[in-house]
Amino acid sequence: MKGHAILVNALLAALAFVSLFPLLWMLSVSFMPPGAASTLPPPLLPAAPTLDNYRDLFARMGMGRYFFNSFVVALSITAGSVAFNVMAGYAFAKLEFAGRERIFRGLIGALVIPAQVAMMPLFLELKALGLVNSYGGVIVPALATIFGIYLVRQYARSIPDELLEAARVDGASELTIFLRVVVPLLKPIIVTLAVFSFLASWNDFMWPLIVLTDSQHYTLPVALASLSREHVQDNELMMAGSVVTVIPVLVLFIALQRHYIAGLLAGSVKG
Amino acid sequence: MNGRIAGWSFAAPALIVIGGFFLLPVAVAFALSFTDFDLYALASLDNLRFVGLRNYLELLKAPLFWQALGNTLYFVVLGVPLSIGLSLGAALLLNSPLARAQAFFRTALFAPVVTTLVAVAIVWRYLFHTRYGWVNQGLAALGIDPIDWLGDPHWSMPTIILLAVWKNFGYNMVILLAALQAIPRELYESARIDGAGTWQELVHVTLPSLGPVLSLVSILTMAGYFQLFAEPYVMTEGGPLRSTFSVLYFMFEQGFKWWNLGVASAIAFLLFALVLAASEALLRFARSRGMA
Repeated sequence: MKGHAILVNALLAALAFVSLFPLLWMLSVSFMPPGAASTLPPPLLPAAPTLDNYRDLFARMGMGRYFFNSFVVALSITAGSVAFNVMAGYAFAKLEFAGRERIFRGLIGALVIPAQVAMMPLFLELKALGLVNSYGGVIVPALATIFGIYLVRQYARSIPDELLEAARVDGASELTIFLRVVVPLLKPIIVTLAVFSFLASWNDFMWPLIVLTDSQHYTLPVALASLSREHVQDNELMMAGSVVTVIPVLVLFIALQRHYIAGLLAGSVKG
Repeated sequence: MNGRIAGWSFAAPALIVIGGFFLLPVAVAFALSFTDFDLYALASLDNLRFVGLRNYLELLKAPLFWQALGNTLYFVVLGVPLSIGLSLGAALLLNSPLARAQAFFRTALFAPVVTTLVAVAIVWRYLFHTRYGWVNQGLAALGIDPIDWLGDPHWSMPTIILLAVWKNFGYNMVILLAALQAIPRELYESARIDGAGTWQELVHVTLPSLGPVLSLVSILTMAGYFQLFAEPYVMTEGGPLRSTFSVLYFMFEQGFKWWNLGVASAIAFLLFALVLAASEALLRFARSRGMA
């Protein structure tokens, strides 16, 4: 039994090492002066840690701009999609309206359609709306998701009807009921949804790459991909760029881990 | 405001977004795939012509399409079982009563999932560097000659598969861990009374109980892996010798490099059809084995 315990924990430690080594190595190399990582044997830790790469990124490569772009896009998508998905999810769970079940079934059916099928016409549509190469081109199509509506609806079904009826009898408007009664009850799923949206929009690559055509609107992943093509040899600089891109989402995840995992599980057991 | 109007007005903003910026484009894409929409049509719609099935037929005759399809299938066929296998192994380890510091290990193993793919693909590129990368350094310590991971067409796709497995296994691990924890204790107790050992418990109790969840995560992972794009775009630009050129990469080039939006739409629908067929096949297989 003791041998078993050592084996289990050694295997877990090995997996944790493999999972974390690339991230720790990225962090370490980002503090090395140019060229230091490309020597033999490659160093694990910087001999003389420096912030030069970060200074270079922000002063010369416009990293501040990309960071700002990513924040604007991710925060707008998070705020907008949480609002729209929560309203719709609540409506599908608790409010009667014509065609409700049929529309919901249709939405669930549409979950199998991969996003890229829509990309070509979506580009033309956004071009006609003047949104290509603007924040709007990334934000607008992401303002509601079927998955988000589904998640909220599942959660909102547990709200007792009597509670809503009692508020209606008291003469509260539907909007007041939503804001004062429903939203506070949905708080856990709202946090989950917000973490999901932020991470997804921060990390998204393909659509921003398509719709943001010049560099002043690039989000971090798009900028990083483009920089890495120009600076193939600048190992240390690119590691610093990767750190800047990854740190915000890692910190957010570690802080709100419980909510993220809860949402992941709620979304996967639809069966 | 009565209930009916309230329902519609609460649902409307989300439905407008999904309808206008997803479902409508999907329908238009279907129509587009039967046209010769190209750079000229982008300039003026007068240049747009209906071409029937021509885009589809020409794709099926194009060697590049088959190469992209072959690469994508290679990625899926190798990547999905490796991912699911590692997720399952990690979940079993985490669920073991012998495991220490479970919360730490769970977070550590999950961390790659939330990282930005573009950033870690760049990290990967340097870790797999032929001369200065730590992977070859590690192999050298074992007496293995350096491998040209990203420069050799035989190794480029395996390297990308390793990245995908590393990045994604934590996701299904968490789902499988929850499923493991939901298996009733009594099942294990009665197995033990029947004299089952650890291995027999795994084969006769654990795996059958996980069946439905395993088939679900396999199908979802497979559908996701068919959308291979960012990894080769960042790490290899589809090379060397197009060995990591995927179907979605092909769509991206046709659509947004050459502006052949008609052809690109046809590629998107071919890929969609393939994913549907593969999911259906996997689901049937799972059902036939009593796993779904």
